[in-house]
Amino acid sequence: MTKSRVWKYGDNVNTDVIFPGKYTYSILEPEDMARHALEDLDPDFAAGVHPGDVIVAGRNFGCGSSREQAATCLKYAGVKAVIAKSFARIFFRNAINQGLLVIQSQDAPDNIASGEEIAIDFSQGKIITEKGVYAFPPLPPSVVGILEAGGLIPYTKKRLEDVKIEK
Amino acid sequence: MGKTFTEKVLSQKAGKDVCAGEVVTVSPDFILSHDNSAAIIKEFLKLGIANVSNPQKIVIILDHVVPASSEKYALNHKIIREFVEKQKIDHFFDINFGICHQVFSEQGFAMPGKVVLGADSHTTSYGAFGAFAAGIGRSEVASVWATDEIWLRVPETLRIDLNGRLSPGVSAKDIILRIIGDEGADRANYKAVEFAGEGAGHFSLGSRLVLANMAAEMGVKNGYFAPDGKVFEFLSTCARSEFEPVFSDPDASYEHVLEYDLSSLDPQVACPHTVDNVRPVTEVLGTPFHQAVIGTCTNGRFEDLKTAADILRGKKVARSIRVLVIPASRQEYLTALKAGFLADLVESGCVVLNPGCGPCLGAHQGILAPGEVALSTANRNFRGRMGSRDSEIYLASPATVAASAIEGKIADPRMYL
Repeated sequence: MTKSRVWKYGDNVNTDVIFPGKYTYSILEPEDMARHALEDLDPDFAAGVHPGDVIVAGRNFGCGSSREQAATCLKYAGVKAVIAKSFARIFFRNAINQGLLVIQSQDAPDNIASGEEIAIDFSQGKIITEKGVYAFPPLPPSVVGILEAGGLIPYTKKRLEDVKIEK
Repeated sequence: MGKTFTEKVLSQKAGKDVCAGEVVTVSPDFILSHDNSAAIIKEFLKLGIANVSNPQKIVIILDHVVPASSEKYALNHKIIREFVEKQKIDHFFDINFGICHQVFSEQGFAMPGKVVLGADSHTTSYGAFGAFAAGIGRSEVASVWATDEIWLRVPETLRIDLNGRLSPGVSAKDIILRIIGDEGADRANYKAVEFAGEGAGHFSLGSRLVLANMAAEMGVKNGYFAPDGKVFEFLSTCARSEFEPVFSDPDASYEHVLEYDLSSLDPQVACPHTVDNVRPVTEVLGTPFHQAVIGTCTNGRFEDLKTAADILRGKKVARSIRVLVIPASRQEYLTALKAGFLADLVESGCVVLNPGCGPCLGAHQGILAPGEVALSTANRNFRGRMGSRDSEIYLASPATVAASAIEGKIADPRMYL
């Protein structure tokens, strides 16, 4: 199983520090968004992140604005998943709608260190770390459908095409 | 067992009886977006269909960077105007109207029992009028434009009973800051919050908007006040359609009920860098700052401008600071102008800007330099939000900000009544 390097943060990581408001209406390309990911929380992140890395955080990850770029910038920075104790509701929806995997776990974040290599087994719903194995509940089927399609836009596009064919 | 407002309104919309925890698919009454409509249009165009499902449900209000401050923002606005024309979207409000949440409300779209979705986290505001209103992201708005439906989880409801009346110098902003400070930024994540009790009924519609707006800072899906005579009277001249008020049943099941006594409340201040870092003003008196902001979707209405003018009239803003005043909408601007309040504020040394979001999200009109501190009536004080990541934001009521503007440091508004 491929291992993922961890970037560890605390509680209430908000949308302004994930993707600053000053860029929200001036940067429209996802690759450009990725260059500013987590800029006001961890200025080293955008340059140091590698494809497949994961973010591990505490409570209320993604609180604040509805800006979807907070999810988009992380996805295009190569982040494979965000593991947190809880997610703010709009960020949670936005992440799924962008095809970014979000995993809720009460126990895992406290037992994972920054820089640690962990593995995520999606089919079994397990996070495998140096200290132990932590289970996470599966996402509802409707949500999995959106993730598997690569996000809400391709998912809706497919649905609209299916409706057209039926007609 | 009875149902909460949110359970009832989502049951009606879904056409089946549902309770908290269930997932429903509903067709919204209105879908709001602002300058981010340009990005939404970009997503919509990927869907491979020519036209939006129902242009009459779409409400677009330009407010975030108005007038455009750069070529990029100008291009966004142009893309939006062209799309509005092509798709025959009647409910378009260009840069001369004001902040989306204020304009949406005063134009009569926020009605009891309606389901509103908006590409802005403070869409929760319309709960002040008894609507179900929740924020969503860009892709989701594009998808709803195309399909006219969205899935929603029916949230549990936290009820907050407000008892008694506020003392002079204390306002709706102070009570919502206190609640967020006590309960934490994620207390109501995924939940509905219902503001109840006789104190809620005493609040003006403007004050109810403050609470419903800032409920977003507790993570809520939607906020709610039971609509009453104040709402019906307001809507009698501007409602966009007929509406059917929806109320929680007396025996509805709540996740929890909190009690707050308004009469004993002091003015409150949210300190950097989280909205739940709240202290009574008496504990932060004398904190110096560089820029004051009176405005935003939280506190830029006539009643807020009047409060500030009553405190600043005949006095001068401290030389060490600058004060930005931004009415929430053209309508509020004009009313305050005709009442002479803006003249009072200008005479005292304030800078009055055009209605819009102003510097709240750090895009233009009063960006903070490294090391600078702002005292604002806005709803968010996250690190870097108004400019440099090395700047700080304190949040307070219009009265506290106005009183502090005289001293050039955080002051107790009760000393200036």
